Amino acid sequence: MSLFLEISFSAMANGLHNWLAGSISNATLVSVTEMAIAGVSLLLFLVPLCFFLGYMERKVAAFMQIRLGPNRVGPKGTLQIVADTVKLLFKEGLTPNASDKFLFNLAPIIVVVTSMLAMAPIAFAKNFQIWDINIGVLYVSAISSLAVIGILMAGWSSYNKYSLLGAMRSGAQIVSYELSVGLSLISIVILTGSLRMSDIVASQADGWWIIKGHIPVIISFVIFLIASTAEINRAPFDLAEAEQELTAGFHTEYSGMKFAMFLLAEYINLFIVSAIAATLFLGGWMPFHLGNWSFFNNVMDYIPGSLWFMGKTFLIIFIIMQFRWTFPRLRVDQLLTLEWKYLLPISMVNVIIVTMMAIFGWHL
Amino acid sequence: MTNEEIKSAVTALFPTVTFDETGEFLNILIDSKDLRPLIKALRYNNEFDCDFLFCLTCIDWKTHLTMVYHLLSKKHKHAFVVKAKIADINNPEIETVSDIWQTANFHEREVYDLFGVKFLNHPDLRRIMLDEDWEGHPLRKSYVDENMISI
Amino acid sequence: MSLLGEDIMTEEGEFVINIGPQHPSTHGVLHLKVWLDGEMIKKVQPHLGYIHRSIEKMSESLSYRNFIYATSRMDYLSAHINNQACALCVEKGLQVEVPPRAQIIRILMAELTRLSSHQLWWGCTGLDLGAVTPFFYAFREREAVLAIMEESCGARLTQNYCVPGGVMYDIHPNFQNRVKDVIKQIKSKFQEYDDILSGNVIFEQRTKGVGYLSPEDAVSFGCTGPTARGSGVSCDVRKWFPYDGYEKVQFKEILETGGDCYARYMVRMAEMKQSVYIIEQLIDHIPEGDFQAKTKAVIKLPKGEFYQRVETARGELGVYIVSDGAASPYRIKYRSPNFSNLSALGHMATGSKIGDLVAIMATIDLVIPDVDR
Repeated sequence: MSLFLEISFSAMANGLHNWLAGSISNATLVSVTEMAIAGVSLLLFLVPLCFFLGYMERKVAAFMQIRLGPNRVGPKGTLQIVADTVKLLFKEGLTPNASDKFLFNLAPIIVVVTSMLAMAPIAFAKNFQIWDINIGVLYVSAISSLAVIGILMAGWSSYNKYSLLGAMRSGAQIVSYELSVGLSLISIVILTGSLRMSDIVASQADGWWIIKGHIPVIISFVIFLIASTAEINRAPFDLAEAEQELTAGFHTEYSGMKFAMFLLAEYINLFIVSAIAATLFLGGWMPFHLGNWSFFNNVMDYIPGSLWFMGKTFLIIFIIMQFRWTFPRLRVDQLLTLEWKYLLPISMVNVIIVTMMAIFGWHL
Repeated sequence: MTNEEIKSAVTALFPTVTFDETGEFLNILIDSKDLRPLIKALRYNNEFDCDFLFCLTCIDWKTHLTMVYHLLSKKHKHAFVVKAKIADINNPEIETVSDIWQTANFHEREVYDLFGVKFLNHPDLRRIMLDEDWEGHPLRKSYVDENMISI
Repeated sequence: MSLLGEDIMTEEGEFVINIGPQHPSTHGVLHLKVWLDGEMIKKVQPHLGYIHRSIEKMSESLSYRNFIYATSRMDYLSAHINNQACALCVEKGLQVEVPPRAQIIRILMAELTRLSSHQLWWGCTGLDLGAVTPFFYAFREREAVLAIMEESCGARLTQNYCVPGGVMYDIHPNFQNRVKDVIKQIKSKFQEYDDILSGNVIFEQRTKGVGYLSPEDAVSFGCTGPTARGSGVSCDVRKWFPYDGYEKVQFKEILETGGDCYARYMVRMAEMKQSVYIIEQLIDHIPEGDFQAKTKAVIKLPKGEFYQRVETARGELGVYIVSDGAASPYRIKYRSPNFSNLSALGHMATGSKIGDLVAIMATIDLVIPDVDR
């Protein structure tokens, strides 16, 4: 059944391509149209996703904080986020008089666009990928670090001292944690020998890297979780927003839809980070297989790959959400200490160990 | 130290002070001009060692103002009150004690704000509760606010 | 010029931010002017008075029965203890003997107030440091305590339960049973409090060594309550100058020597346990009898001065009444604990980071209406 679904995805894509190529003679126009279709379908996917993540965040928070969470709007409060979005849509989008209006309005767009761009190489199921670029991992880490420009822009152009402080914190934070994220991604790239997302997933057909790679990969998984939580500015690393210190940090002056875009970007980033972790460490859409238990493996195969992928992604999202509601916030110098004194040296040593593992074939 | 011991010790140093023992604490009465030597002695002399200024306030007696310093020694566990009479009610001035007890900084600013007592040599004498441009000193008995509604 | 330029600095080339009067971590309308060098704090200047209601001036035109109710609005988290201080001061002037039953009820209520105040503080400290969850756990028990208050006093926060001569009404018949239930519940949750916040690595890093206050400075700044006891300064009024029969109750004065935020935190955590201990001693031994001594309808204090101090959840509250023999006080001064504790904030925060400032404010446990009065 899963096979059927995956084939039909790629068949759909191929059919669409053939049909477009048949009806439009210009090859460039064909790929432009295809990109437009991909973009629209991505948007159609992302908006409900963010609604769901917002709902999930509140429910997880409520679950951890012995309260009920949203339960009034719609069945079990599911429409709460829709109501919130409608509220944000109707709110006045204030622009401070002294702000740099062009940059101020551009910043949320940049933040959202960069986070959407990073969706491109993510493999949702077999052959179900917007763009299977051969440098997928590099692309994701390159694009996701662009978000800092949007945040700096927002903080700088708001003409607000809190925003400026928040932006500076965010800059220092993202630039630092980028290194650990990169190194922990590299450990998987070394093991796989490819930067392409589909290759990485395919390399885990006989077992996920977190199982095959022994302790070094578990270490890089943990480092990836910590560093990427920091990179997407989520608690306990939400220093850029740090409500109790900087009121709202870099988006203090934003309201209405522009504010909603930052929120949207935050949830998309959360999804991307979790999806990358799921793809690299937990096998992406690969089902869970256990050695020679063919019956068990067959049962697992019956669960569609897209479900596997989503399940793993949401597991990691759930963990990251738990971080947020469990830990106090770090101070800015402690944040940098954690990265430069602990995470970075550990991941450097870890990369060396992983390299030796790959050379000598110590992994399973 | 007991009240009697304090009395004799203070009188030995400052013969001009008078005492009032009607209340809960021993009151040492002094004129505002002679306050500082007495306060310094009470703080730094080992026999008194009043390291804790637990209350500093002012009373408007309509004819004059009285600064009230409640002192406590954590070591000797004795407490007494120094009352400095400020005769000039229209232009009250007194030496600051904020260099001796840091808590006096805020308390003196409060007294300055609400009573208009000027503390000489205070490092940062500004209004603390009310706006900078507030007129008058509300805790004075002569202060009249036409907007105030009495119940 | 719309881009950030010179004009975001002061004329002296300094970077100054205003924290408050509306700010999530100032717990009210405190306004701090903070001089910054990057993230480092060069100077902090508190600006007060945003909620100054001149309770002292108001009290001068209120009777000795009525002025007590205004004090509930000072430190609204230990309103009962404020009322108690005023009632005690008036009783001192009248030389009225408070019936033992009323005394025990007052102590019980005061300790319950202290518990609820510390619970709120615990939740807010977590919140200030970025951990949102403790807030809800703290409120779970606090609600139970406030329900008891509501049952016996008629109000949850501003109880106004103390009157000169005793308490206003007798306790509710359910009082003892409910207190026992709540105490049992609270005792079972202390471990949870420690698990969720005290033992957390990030929390320890955020508080240990932060906002150091030496014992000498604590005394000099007039700090009292857990703020001073965290620096090892013994200042518990319940021990030094017992009132309302605290001398008959067994409890420890908690002292920590660290002087940092963590020490202040630990003092309050241990104080909650001591409050529970006090309540446990007394709850089964509330003597029968009157709950209020007979006083005249119009109270007139004799001419003179009366000073009464009590230990609120935040430190030493002093009530200084100057009477000229009339039916309302000639002058009242409230020596509020927060006012003095706040004056040490600038000293503690200088040289630390913005995040530390928040931690320091949280562990001083500021209640702004008490500062401004």
